[in-house]
Amino acid sequence: MTELFMLIAAKYNYWLYIILMMIGLYAMIAKNNLMKKLVGMNIFQTAIILFYVSIGFKHNATIPIIMGDHGHGGHGAAIHAADYINPVPHVLMLTAIVVSVATFGVAMALCVRVYQRYHTLEEDELRMRLSEK
Amino acid sequence: MYWPIDLIILIFVIVCALAAIYVKDLLGTAVLFGAYSFMMCLLWAIMGAVDVAFTEASVGAGVSTVFFVAAVFRTSRRTKD
Repeated sequence: MTELFMLIAAKYNYWLYIILMMIGLYAMIAKNNLMKKLVGMNIFQTAIILFYVSIGFKHNATIPIIMGDHGHGGHGAAIHAADYINPVPHVLMLTAIVVSVATFGVAMALCVRVYQRYHTLEEDELRMRLSEK
Repeated sequence: MYWPIDLIILIFVIVCALAAIYVKDLLGTAVLFGAYSFMMCLLWAIMGAVDVAFTEASVGAGVSTVFFVAAVFRTSRRTKD
């Protein structure tokens, strides 16, 4: 029992990312309001981004900027990759954040158009108005 | 990464996400979603991803919240769930 608990507690952050992702998935599926669905989509995206950034993390490492004069002279000690956090996931996820904000903006614009035409944002009312015609 | 701070802010993130999902006013959802983005920004600063952190602070917590509030004022604040 304690072994199972230790196994869960050792990777607590991954479990919490999965919980966050499932909150987003639940909101996308079960919520009735279109804006709430969008919030769920954004939570889902940020959970995935959080997972990717966290796998680049190293213990006893610093932010990925080279310290000292290593970049200039060429003398001195070699640069150890283990001293710096892996910057590749950061750069990829930077793109993902910008894409998610663009998606959010377009989806908001579509919500405004839907509201102007049907005067509601609730999915069941929207379905009712569509079947009336 | 100093793990108690990481754990506390992760729990704050989950609480903000649940509150943003369950609050019955879309303006409240907008504000809670901004708080969620800001907590996420703190989490990235803890993980050493400073570039991601300030992009999130300006784009996620700033621009998204402005979009959300503008869209709420052009539609309705009412929500059933």
